[in-house]
Amino acid sequence: MTLLALDHLNVQIGKPAILRDVSLTLSRGEILGLVGESGSGKSMTALAIMGLLPDRARISGDIMLGGLNLRHRSEREMCQLRGNAISMIFQEPMSALNPMMTIGDQVAETLMLHRRMLRSEARSIAREKLDRVGLRAPRFPLTLYPHELSGGQRQRVAIAMAIALHPKLLIADEPTTALDVTTQAEVLNLLRDLAREEGMALILITHDLAVVAGMADRVAVMQAGQIVETAPTRTLFQRPVAPYTQALLAASTHQPSLATRPRAKPLLQVDNATRIYRLPRPSALSPHPELRAVDDVSFTIHAGESLGLVGESGCGKSTLTRSILGLDALQGGAIHLNGHPINPAMPSPQRADMQIVFQDPYGSFNPRQKVERLVAEPFHLTGRPADWRDRVAEALREVGLSPDDKNRFIHEFSGGQRQRIAIARALIIRPKLIVLDEAVSALDVQVRAQVLDLLSALQATHNLAYLFISHDLSVVRAVTSRCLVMSAGRIVEEGPTEALFTAPQNAYTQSLIAATPRIPQHWKEPA
Amino acid sequence: MSAGICPLTVRRRRQTLALMRRYLIRRLIVLLASLWVASAVIFTLVEGVPGDPASFMLGVNAAPDTLAALRAQMGLDQPFVWRYLHWLGGLLSGDFGTSFTYKVPVAGLIGARLAVSLPLAGIALCLSVALALPMGLLAAARRARLSDGAVMAGTQLGIAVPNFWFAMLLVVLLAVRWQWFPAGGFPGWSDPLMALRALTLPAIALALPQAAILTRVLRSALIETLGQDYIRTARAKGLSRARALTRHALRNALIPVLTILGLQFSFLLAGAIIIENVFYLPGLGRLIFQAITQRDLIVVESVVMILVFAVIVVNFLTDLAYAAVDPRLRRRT
Repeated sequence: MTLLALDHLNVQIGKPAILRDVSLTLSRGEILGLVGESGSGKSMTALAIMGLLPDRARISGDIMLGGLNLRHRSEREMCQLRGNAISMIFQEPMSALNPMMTIGDQVAETLMLHRRMLRSEARSIAREKLDRVGLRAPRFPLTLYPHELSGGQRQRVAIAMAIALHPKLLIADEPTTALDVTTQAEVLNLLRDLAREEGMALILITHDLAVVAGMADRVAVMQAGQIVETAPTRTLFQRPVAPYTQALLAASTHQPSLATRPRAKPLLQVDNATRIYRLPRPSALSPHPELRAVDDVSFTIHAGESLGLVGESGCGKSTLTRSILGLDALQGGAIHLNGHPINPAMPSPQRADMQIVFQDPYGSFNPRQKVERLVAEPFHLTGRPADWRDRVAEALREVGLSPDDKNRFIHEFSGGQRQRIAIARALIIRPKLIVLDEAVSALDVQVRAQVLDLLSALQATHNLAYLFISHDLSVVRAVTSRCLVMSAGRIVEEGPTEALFTAPQNAYTQSLIAATPRIPQHWKEPA
Repeated sequence: MSAGICPLTVRRRRQTLALMRRYLIRRLIVLLASLWVASAVIFTLVEGVPGDPASFMLGVNAAPDTLAALRAQMGLDQPFVWRYLHWLGGLLSGDFGTSFTYKVPVAGLIGARLAVSLPLAGIALCLSVALALPMGLLAAARRARLSDGAVMAGTQLGIAVPNFWFAMLLVVLLAVRWQWFPAGGFPGWSDPLMALRALTLPAIALALPQAAILTRVLRSALIETLGQDYIRTARAKGLSRARALTRHALRNALIPVLTILGLQFSFLLAGAIIIENVFYLPGLGRLIFQAITQRDLIVVESVVMILVFAVIVVNFLTDLAYAAVDPRLRRRT
């Protein structure tokens, strides 16, 4: 029985059309995956259903929920439906909860808003709902504030808020994109169980095809504001009809050609590196407790090699990275680059052998400087050569941009182009090692595939070594030949990537790999 | 299940309380240290500047032995450090010394003036909040519409126009033409109603520019907060725009508003000189102004010390208010 039907939905904000002729149906209790790249209109579709589009949006077409056309409801009526018949959870669990309200009050608010009930009554139901999403009583009292919870726990609170009144439809907009793989798996399982047990329809919005593969009954693929294909999940993966779906699937399983070369000399050597933080004393007289963020870590990167470093947030990846870059001093052990010791006081020219590309293609550039100046920035390590403008042009050409782009500002580029500029900036002083800190995590699958190809081509021409740091196991698997797994400050497993992924020895590695969403192998073969 | 009986909650609460107590003790030590440093700086500056109060009182043609006698009587012949310690000791025991000009205890003098200035500043501050809160909420809720424009234009005017001009306008309209309020003077607190009437116009004149500033701060803080993800969450829960604003945005926007409020109270207490002059009010501002022109150093020092004390205490209270509003600050040490 049809619960939700979108019929030729069009949305325009200003001149450009955001949604064009979007038609969708959803039955009771069904899980629909809504997939597409950023800007394809997935979130706008969700906000249109919720009636939360920006004021300037102009909308046409019908949104039928049950027998009700949501397009013709007043704002007051929509307020009664939201959180009650339709609920929504969002991508960023860290900021989606009010930091000044306890989690109990935030869940109880939904209840008190829609049902006439006392605060005490609402709080006891809130208690049940938090138990239901896995935040059980003594460990997670109602009086906790959001900042006392992790990202996954906060997302559970958001889910408890959304399901408190047994909505008929739950929309989850990239609910696990900001979470670690094991947390992601837990949250996805929770959502699936809730949908099955409560008979709730679920629209799961994601850019990650592997996530919908394990979850959805049906999948709709969006591109540029249109739905290009809708099919039962398995059919879609086995026999994609639309060329765009085919391209997406190809990109998500994309394998850049890996350069294999004979073992060269060691480039970066990390020996027993240890980083210790002093924590605040619990009382005035006791000693400072210590946190060993990086604990006795040793590994080597050879010239021209790709090494992966995977681990969940808080495992010490970033702390280790800062020490490798020579930003923080070690409390034990040593790191050498090309035989030179690395520490915060090392001379600038020695730093020139190593560059970094960060995750955030939006935040890692000065918005007021032109690309030419941004790309030329690493020259402050070596002194600017006379032909620096030619070097900038060359670097831009190498990453697939035009030399004329040097006079533009960073906001004029897309996310993928910005990451290319970041790579050009890293390349310009001809480093031997580039640290890629979640460098492709924020990119859409197709763009990601292009950037990975670019990285592997550059590695072949310049004999670059990469340290590829990521929480995304599939990417690390695709681009590295050797891999380290880090947990609680230690390297728990190390080995050739393929062997490590197919036959992990360590229990933690096994749990990480088991939690990674994947497209079933037999779906990939032509049916 | 009630949260109060859970052992973990109890332990967490006890921990938080212990942290709070440590924070409070540390802040109190800092407060006392700042007061002590301030006293040294004030005394050095006031007593160190040229202009001998004794010769000022006696005029340029005074005989040297008369001058010396007066200096001895005022204690000015004592060494600098001894005079400082004497003054500091007096402050601690509540004895502020005797005014050179009025020949009365400074403590009583300041007390009488505080009885005017403190209520004036308090009323002005309450008025300013009472005006700014609805206007800021309205402007943020109806951003970029007509009412927002009107509020913004009004606050622009409130900031641009000096408060003594407002004061004169109020006197002309409400005191002279309609005679609702007295035009100036202060009858004392023996009749509280009359006293309040006398303070009404100066409080309004003081409050208007402060309210304008506060409105703008609140509006921009609210607009920033309204863009946050948790407001979207609140709307998705079914809260109307107005409820999301008052229930979720307002409290999160309060921190910058509290900062400004703390600064404003200090300003209102010390900075009302012009308004006090317009309304002939015997307040602290006028006292310090007269004391400076008459080289009544002991009064100057004591009044400045009182003002410093007020500013430091208000800052302390502002910090406590931050912690009361924002749970994230409570457990930070």
